[in-house]
Amino acid sequence: MSTLLEVSGISVTFDGFRAINNLSFQIGPAELRAIIGPNGAGKTTFMDIVTGKTRPDEGRVIWGERSISLLKLSEAQIARAGIGRKFQRPTVFEDQSVTENLLLALKASRNPLAALLWKPKAADMDRVQALATQVGLLDALPRKAGELSHGQKQWLEIGMLLAQEPRLLLVDEPAAGMTLAEREQTTALLVDLAKTRAVVVVEHDMEFVRRLNCRVTVLHEGAVLAEGSLDHVTKNQDVIDVYLGR
Amino acid sequence: MTRSFLAKNPSVLAFLAILALFTLVVTVLAEGSGSGVISTSFVKTLGKTLCLCLIALAMDLVWGYAGVLSLGHFAFFALGGYMIGMWLMYARTEDIVIQSLSGSELPPTAEEIAAGIGNQIFGVVGGSEIPAIWHFAGSLPAQLALVVLVPGLLAALFGWLAFRSRVTGVYLSILTQAMTLALALYLFQNDSGLRGNNGLSGLQNIPGLGQVSQSVLSIWFFWASAAALGMAYLLAAWIVSGKFGSALRAIRDDEARVRFLGYSVESYKLFIFTLTAVIAAIAGALYYPQAGIINPAELAPIASIYLAVWVAIGGRGRLYGAVIGAAFVSLLSSWFTGGRAPDIPLGFYTIKWVDWWSIALGLSFVLVTLFAPKGIGGLFDLVQGRLAPARGGADLGPDDGSLQEREALK
Repeated sequence: MSTLLEVSGISVTFDGFRAINNLSFQIGPAELRAIIGPNGAGKTTFMDIVTGKTRPDEGRVIWGERSISLLKLSEAQIARAGIGRKFQRPTVFEDQSVTENLLLALKASRNPLAALLWKPKAADMDRVQALATQVGLLDALPRKAGELSHGQKQWLEIGMLLAQEPRLLLVDEPAAGMTLAEREQTTALLVDLAKTRAVVVVEHDMEFVRRLNCRVTVLHEGAVLAEGSLDHVTKNQDVIDVYLGR
Repeated sequence: MTRSFLAKNPSVLAFLAILALFTLVVTVLAEGSGSGVISTSFVKTLGKTLCLCLIALAMDLVWGYAGVLSLGHFAFFALGGYMIGMWLMYARTEDIVIQSLSGSELPPTAEEIAAGIGNQIFGVVGGSEIPAIWHFAGSLPAQLALVVLVPGLLAALFGWLAFRSRVTGVYLSILTQAMTLALALYLFQNDSGLRGNNGLSGLQNIPGLGQVSQSVLSIWFFWASAAALGMAYLLAAWIVSGKFGSALRAIRDDEARVRFLGYSVESYKLFIFTLTAVIAAIAGALYYPQAGIINPAELAPIASIYLAVWVAIGGRGRLYGAVIGAAFVSLLSSWFTGGRAPDIPLGFYTIKWVDWWSIALGLSFVLVTLFAPKGIGGLFDLVQGRLAPARGGADLGPDDGSLQEREALK
């Protein structure tokens, strides 16, 4: 199987604290992967490195068929290359309407001049409608995003992520603050998305991970502790030690 | 397309209508058109006020919409003034020199004319050579191009360096202020080539228009200022209404998130910073021929701080708010500091407004920021019954420049 993203041997140190220690990771173009690990295992730092927010001290991050190194690109360039990120806390533009939020995320040229001259075409508005329907916000389109409930903001952010049409989705704790019904909906959506693109889910909640029914990578102290199916990794003695204590 | 834009933004049409009406009324009542209800000097004050509204509009774009609190836009304003002032002064001095030399038997050579101009303009700073930066001063089209190019290039260079290094918030404000101060200190020097602290003067006399009286000229400049303000308002409204404006407001509230959407935040900031610097420069180029004189004191950092105060008092993040704030505060300011405001005798102390005005202004700035963050523009929301969102005191984004709860609309 070909790989979409290959991270090899990355390490990063913050003020002497080794947040990521010789970590390697790869994912294919249409794959769902869950990353679990205790607090401080380096999950968020790992995402920061892939999205260009943090530069690793050493190691390589290689992307796509043409094997581009992501380490030389800015956050915006990485996003344009096709990596979308959903943050743990919903981050939407609260002073703008749901429509504006979605239009801003819609796949189009990000050049300032292009944005200045850009006008929504009928196809774009249809796409916004379709996305809003998909995340259950069709009625909320003219409302300001700041007025939405926590769960609705999560959905809006997912909608914005879909509008970007990324090839790799990095999702940080998608189930946080969602009701049981919403969690099931999210699971279904993520599984569905992973049929056409790569999806990496960082999650604490084992029950949620079990429902995703995918390959799991366990991080601990900035390195990969185990990898495989959930049943496989939960039988691993190291994982049991880390999660349950010795 | 234009119709739908105006239909979607009714406030633009209302603004342009009010501006046109105001221009008409002032024209009819002005001294230059015969009725003389409004004196020539007051027409000039109103024309200058329109230029201040224009730079306030630029400030609102860069601060109210993009969240970049620039304390340097008056530097671009003054640079625009200097660039047009160079032509005004050079061309007029040239006329005078040629006239005075015309009495001699031989026609004056180019060297004699140049020496005469050099003596006239730079004698005051102990020089007679025409500095290299005055190379194009004899040409109106060239200096008009420089009005746009010099501030534009300075803003582009400064912005490129600052935004690329991701300097934001209060640090960026300090940096822009340092730029302004450095430029002012440089211009104060006699060997800066722009007549040091004497500045450029006699700018109200337009070369080639000697026979036109000041009362008529003042109306022409008033018209030009009104036209510039109207066009800039239209441009600004168009910019902020589309996706570019949406991206700007997103950058103001949460620029990290905008980066993860794939937008190069730096290019957007650079674009709006440079564009607003050019607007400020055009405002300055229209202002100083009405003021008649420009000197480096115009670049003092306090001027740019006043600009932020006007926009804050008028209402940040809405275009008409900036215009109202600039017009209201600057007219009030010229009334209070002009000695026309009556003193208030308290028995033991007499409040003289000339001394106390800046304290009153500072106090009202603090009060507006604390109790009415929407400023004067918020009165329109009151009339329309539009409310601020109930967010329990939370701002609309994590960045320094982001809208506060009470500045926003539901």
